[in-house]
Amino acid sequence: MLDKLQNNLFKKFERFLFFLGGIANLAVQNFYWLIVPPYKKKRIFEQAQKAGLESLPIISLISFFLGVILAFQISYLMRRLGSEMYIASIVALSIVRELGPVITALVVAGRVGAAITAEIGSMRVTEQIDALETLATNPIKYLVVPRFIALTLMLPVLTVYADMIGILGGWVICVFKLGISSRLYLNITFDALLFKDLFTGLAKTIFFGMIIAFVSCYEGFNVEGGAEGVGRATTKSVVTSFILIIACDTFFTALFYFIFP
Amino acid sequence: MCSLMIKIESLTKSFNSLGVLKNLNLKVEKGSTLVVIGRSGCGKSVLLKHIVGVLRPDSGKVIIDGQDIGQLNAKELNLLRKRINMVFQGGALFDSLSVAENVGFELLEHTSISGKELFVRAKEALSLVGLRGIENLMPSELSGGMRKRVALARAICTKPEIILYDEPTTGVDPITADSINELIRSLHDKLKVTAVVVTHDMKSAYKIADRIAMLYQGQIIIEGTPLEIQNSEHPIVHQFVNGLAYGPITETTEQFK
Ligand SMILES: Nc1ncnc2c1ncn2[C@@H]1O[C@H](COP(=O)(O)OP(=O)(O)O)[C@@H](O)[C@H]1O
Ligand SMILES: [Mg+2]
Repeated sequence: MLDKLQNNLFKKFERFLFFLGGIANLAVQNFYWLIVPPYKKKRIFEQAQKAGLESLPIISLISFFLGVILAFQISYLMRRLGSEMYIASIVALSIVRELGPVITALVVAGRVGAAITAEIGSMRVTEQIDALETLATNPIKYLVVPRFIALTLMLPVLTVYADMIGILGGWVICVFKLGISSRLYLNITFDALLFKDLFTGLAKTIFFGMIIAFVSCYEGFNVEGGAEGVGRATTKSVVTSFILIIACDTFFTALFYFIFP
Repeated sequence: MCSLMIKIESLTKSFNSLGVLKNLNLKVEKGSTLVVIGRSGCGKSVLLKHIVGVLRPDSGKVIIDGQDIGQLNAKELNLLRKRINMVFQGGALFDSLSVAENVGFELLEHTSISGKELFVRAKEALSLVGLRGIENLMPSELSGGMRKRVALARAICTKPEIILYDEPTTGVDPITADSINELIRSLHDKLKVTAVVVTHDMKSAYKIADRIAMLYQGQIIIEGTPLEIQNSEHPIVHQFVNGLAYGPITETTEQFK
């Protein structure tokens, strides 16, 4: 019984190492083809539009609600402590340092990462990726590089946007529900935010972007078994991205805690 | 004097311990058309994919025009691939690109061709396969037979020296099938294209082949001129080319009982 469990765990671990190896291989190839000309701006632009522009509505919605929720929850505690002045600063800090980056990354992983896996996966099962190769076009350069660039560039931009909308959500509640003046709310918000808060929040999103790009492309390239395989890979891509994003976030939070005390 | 264009030496390939090709040897002369026949699932597509280097052999060599493709670096392989094109069984058209962009894909990627020029070249290639006025459609808007012909147009657009066809006439109507045969024949006659055609349609095999090879259980069991194949005494070959339900191929598997 224990033996079997051990064996099972060992197999899982082995598979995980294999996965990491595959991702590393993809990353190396990606950076190689990133610097090899020609550079097709059109494809990067297309992907940036898909990853960035088209994610704006859902990011707006979610970060606005997030700001609203935070303002309510924090005001509950602050009222008990009699320090409602702090609502604005806590909302701002928690959004800019933590929730804005993570929620944006998770939304993009679910929306864009899943689409990338499904698209590349169905290209794999219909032999379009083989066809790319026979037409003397490297699939990594053609498919991965533009998505990588788009995601690593767009995620910080989307995060800044999500931060602003989140703070707006908090502002709406504080001003219209809790009766704090608008001027005061904004003053406290900007007093509380330091450059390092913004920096630590945004720096990690570049890595989140890489995680989403590499995981979703890797899962797409390795689809096996027709349409059903594409479905399985898409689920796996989203779940894996989520786990890696949270793990990466934990790492950076701890790291920044010690570097920028 | 005829030189070898494609030479395959003891090629072996298995997928998850399922042996598909076993110690396979094959030669194709420059400018000739070789038809590879064999049952579905016997590894004909796998064989073609080794010739373009999409699949890598477990062991053995694929030599194209004197170059061992296993030894080439990415750049050399790309140069070689510009001289070879493949028509995939399902077409493998890029569904995010229009028909014109699909047909002119190689020009679009590797030359600084203008949009207008691309359109002209695509139109030219499409007219060779008997298609007109579909340049701006998307692949999802085409019928199966049209997709196949667009794939054919994509393969001939850059006038490659070697073309590999994976079942070019399967799933198209008999008239179109015959015109595809004519096209393959005329590319052979006029442009001296070296071709490997995979098919199980014996009628088209006899029509286009200089030589025919039969793939069976991972090996080439016979290779010869169409006439030799047609009159072969080999029981397996005889059963296949005559399309008989009973014979040595089906004896071991006992299907359809
Ligand atoms: N990428 C692959 N992964 C696993 N098995 C494969 C792969 N490609 C082909 N096969 C297997 O190889 C065998 C031969 O396939 P194929 O060459 O497509 O046959 P056909 O002669 O009909 O073209 C089949 O059993 C198929 O399942
Ligand atoms: Mg096949």
